[in-house]
Amino acid sequence: MKKFDYTIQDEVGIHARPAGLLVKETKKYESKVTVAKDGKSAEATKLMALMSLGVKCGETVEVSVEGADEEAAYDGIKAFFEANL
Amino acid sequence: MEARMLKLSGKVVYKGIVVGPVALLKKDDQQVRRIRIDDADAELARLGKAGEQAQAQLQKLYDKAVTEVGEASAAIFEVHQMMLEDDDYLDAIHNMIRTEMVNAEYAVAVTGDNFSEMFANMDDDYMKARAADIKDISNRLVRNLMGREDMSLADMEPSIIVADDLSPSETIQMDKKKILAFVTVHGSANSHTAILARMMNIPALIGVPVNLEEVHTGMQVIVDGLKGEVIFDPAEEVCKEAEARVKEEQEKHKLLQTLKGKDNVTLSGKTIDIYANIGSVSDVGYVLENDAGGIGLFRSEFLYLGRDNFPTEEEQFQAYRQVLQTMAGKKVVIRTLDIGADKQVDYFNLGKEDNPAMGYRAIRICLKQPHIFQTQLRALFRAAVYGNLSVMYPMITSVEEVRKIYEVVEQVKEELEEQQVPYKVPEQGIMIETPAAVMVSDELAQMVDFFSIGTNDLTQYTLAVDRQNAKLDDFYNPHHKAILRMIQMAADNAHKCGKWVGICGELGADLELTEEFLRMEIDELSVAPSMVLKVRKAVRESAV
Repeated sequence: MKKFDYTIQDEVGIHARPAGLLVKETKKYESKVTVAKDGKSAEATKLMALMSLGVKCGETVEVSVEGADEEAAYDGIKAFFEANL
Repeated sequence: MEARMLKLSGKVVYKGIVVGPVALLKKDDQQVRRIRIDDADAELARLGKAGEQAQAQLQKLYDKAVTEVGEASAAIFEVHQMMLEDDDYLDAIHNMIRTEMVNAEYAVAVTGDNFSEMFANMDDDYMKARAADIKDISNRLVRNLMGREDMSLADMEPSIIVADDLSPSETIQMDKKKILAFVTVHGSANSHTAILARMMNIPALIGVPVNLEEVHTGMQVIVDGLKGEVIFDPAEEVCKEAEARVKEEQEKHKLLQTLKGKDNVTLSGKTIDIYANIGSVSDVGYVLENDAGGIGLFRSEFLYLGRDNFPTEEEQFQAYRQVLQTMAGKKVVIRTLDIGADKQVDYFNLGKEDNPAMGYRAIRICLKQPHIFQTQLRALFRAAVYGNLSVMYPMITSVEEVRKIYEVVEQVKEELEEQQVPYKVPEQGIMIETPAAVMVSDELAQMVDFFSIGTNDLTQYTLAVDRQNAKLDDFYNPHHKAILRMIQMAADNAHKCGKWVGICGELGADLELTEEFLRMEIDELSVAPSMVLKVRKAVRESAV
């Protein structure tokens, strides 16, 4: 399992559109991707669960990636966060 | 398929002829019932089909929105597509269908409610607002499951609106460029649908006894506002004949356009101002298009209708300023809030009244709840700096009311002064629309800068005829001598004090009375934008 922390830069937080794009991005990989904040977590393939974490700008989430293609998934998801959130 | 040629007649509120497709506007009767099912797989298959259909609809909306409003605003439809694919949402629906053996409509409605509730309870305003998106996608699924048409007017081709009746807030939300004509089952000649139709220069027929079950969106229809006839599903040759007549009307219209830029002067040299009545900022385009000299009645209700709470001072200020700036120095008469009676707004909590036309409305609300009035006056006075504004107060019956208004005006002035906000006290006038105001118009004329005679209410109050009651249309006679004498009396009293007087009711556009008004020395007629050039023609042909 690989993990990284990311502090949200987008001023609306993890809102609908980037959450939707994250879902799309995650579905490219086999690995299970989880986004956690304050003890709550959501699978990155589930749009509404992601949104319901209510992550705001300036808050830090822990993203974990686990599975067969976790190397590639880690790089891809990390790049996605940096570019979109 | 053979044309059915369903021919019906109705009451004409605006003449004109048009051929086009129907857009059926049904009241939201999306009532979902819980039904026990036997075959869960069949139900899931139905759901899957409805989902695919929804994806396609949203894709269409997205594509259209991208070209019309840009990528950023279109993104919402993409988000809706993603939400519809959400695992948790779909799993919840699937589970419910399988474990409770209920119909898909019910499972979608319940799941939609649960999920939207979850978002509504979040402590983030952005996420709270997503509750509406979940409701929206769930409603879309339910609509598809029930085989209902996707009736979003924003997505509509230019069409003929067919409805039971239309409320002011429904009409206010429509994109007017896409409406070719109105056909309603109910409504009276003085309802808002009728007023809107006249303003937009589009044919409208009301009281058409059509069975809405027999009509569907996309069906071809001829609306003939000259004969007072509607023909649903017309035969080809009938359609051709109608199209020829549409062309003929367009020629006549072109001829009127040659009057643009001409003065409103009679053969003997008498002049009169012809202004336009409007009900929203976007209508200003019609005013300029039809070469009106100004805006004689700007109904400020549009700011209050079709929403959940009061418009802020800033919102109002922006709207007023925009109109004043667009009109670039031409006179703009804005009427303060005239809510109540037939224009009901939930958040005002006005309560049901037995006799709303004579009830708690317009200036009465403003004087009883002065904070609503103060906000509007502040916005108006601030906007006055940007153009040629006049403010007009509706439903006046006494000198005392005008005095009370001026007290509020003084307070607002002092406040703005203190806060050093730029403002200007505009010209102030009153509507003459009650017999009481006519009878004391000699005293009122001394207190105000102008009169504007609202003939619709004046007629209803003078003749004791409820203008919302279609059964009474035969008794509603605005040519009644009593009305004309009242107009004469108010005009004479205004002129004695050197004040100007206008007519802003439907009567102002009544071409049979144009000469009469010229004789009465009325200074200004404010009419629907579509009538400006027609009234100009009547003035220019008159010998008065």
